[in-house]
Amino acid sequence: MKKTAIAFLLLFSFYSCKEADKKEVKAEIKKEISDLSIYNLPSKWTTQDGKDIELKSLRGNVLVMVMIYTSCKSACPRLVADMRDIESKLDKNTKQHVKLILVSIDPNTDTPERLKSFAIENKMNQDPWIFLRSTEENTREFAAVLAVNYKKISPIDFSHSNIISVFNPEGELVFQQEGLGVNNDKTIETINMEARKI
Amino acid sequence: MKKYIFILLIVFFSVFTSVMKAQETGMAFIKEGSFVPLYGAVSKKPVEVKSFYIDIYPVTNREFLDFVKKNPSYQKSKIKGLFADKSYLSYWKNDFDFGNAKPNSPVTNVSWFAAKKYCECEGKRLATMDEWEYVAMADTKRVDARTKKEFNEYILSWYEKSRTYENEIGKTFKNYWGVYDMHGLVWEWTSDFNSIFLSGESRKDKSTDKNLFCGSGSVNASDLMDYAAFMRYAFRGSLKAQYSTRNLGFRCASTTKPKI
Repeated sequence: MKKTAIAFLLLFSFYSCKEADKKEVKAEIKKEISDLSIYNLPSKWTTQDGKDIELKSLRGNVLVMVMIYTSCKSACPRLVADMRDIESKLDKNTKQHVKLILVSIDPNTDTPERLKSFAIENKMNQDPWIFLRSTEENTREFAAVLAVNYKKISPIDFSHSNIISVFNPEGELVFQQEGLGVNNDKTIETINMEARKI
Repeated sequence: MKKYIFILLIVFFSVFTSVMKAQETGMAFIKEGSFVPLYGAVSKKPVEVKSFYIDIYPVTNREFLDFVKKNPSYQKSKIKGLFADKSYLSYWKNDFDFGNAKPNSPVTNVSWFAAKKYCECEGKRLATMDEWEYVAMADTKRVDARTKKEFNEYILSWYEKSRTYENEIGKTFKNYWGVYDMHGLVWEWTSDFNSIFLSGESRKDKSTDKNLFCGSGSVNASDLMDYAAFMRYAFRGSLKAQYSTRNLGFRCASTTKPKI
């Protein structure tokens, strides 16, 4: 009788332990957005498919972000190439947790349609690539978060910083790669490391 | 004929009252115009500035206190790290006490995000850099006093003074537009402060356009006029949106007539 009671208790404690585990997992999902997270930004963005999203919907992924504009002839193609190079070197096992995002600094020209055709032209119209645009004000704010500077220097041209930023699944900036065609070992290492944690 | 006088009177009064209104809300009307900014413009082409309104004074400690009371997430202890660094309102004793600072002194140690939010809550926005510079080139009598020796000497002598941020607003000169404290009190945030490319050490990082001021501007910044503006642009270029320093405040602008 005693034995069964103990067994029962044991079973119960196992059960309650599991419950607690489950709760913890749940708590983690519901965890508040951290202080330094870009998911604090309320801005709305539109993808190349015309879908409206909040950055928050990307939570849980490692994000690799760059700011470009599609009519750009000089630096952007190289930036896009840099992004592509990063993508090609990512760890195949954890790659599904990574999104590579190109944000337009020229929302007037870069309509969703335009982004779409740019994506198709560059064979980037599929996962893990996402193109985003928003209002000029939201774009300026997002650039401020990334410490990306840009300026319209003519009706079709912008001057801009060449920075690729890596965010962890909680939306915190963990690494920035500056410059064109620079060594991206550290960037890739950071992305893979963050993706493995998921 | 009488009809015309009547219409004229109506026009006159509506203009008059709109000016009055602007004054009541503490904003000055800035008439459209164009100017060649000393830095930031390509090939020295004039920049068009459309008519807008700008606060006569920078935002004060008292005003900012009202704002944080209504917007708790911008209080010293509550603001998120994404929106302000550790020095945010560092001279304030706590969320609701600006310590030894004067109520009528400009609020400083505010980040770009906080400044932007403040203006949004007022139904306003931050001025663009071009707008700010356009207003700032006026002395007491002229729209553009940038070539005047005394004007530049005044600005540069302020750059050498310390702790002017402790002064109260409205003690410097009233410029052509009726705006105070563009020079002589604190530096100010602009909406597009992050459109500057001046970081000399990392030019490889930028899509360098030879026409931009990186190379040509700084080298040619030989006379006083260039130097005064160069300081402002260089300062802005060194900022990040989360930064807050003791000598950096802000004021708001509005494209449309401010509502009371």
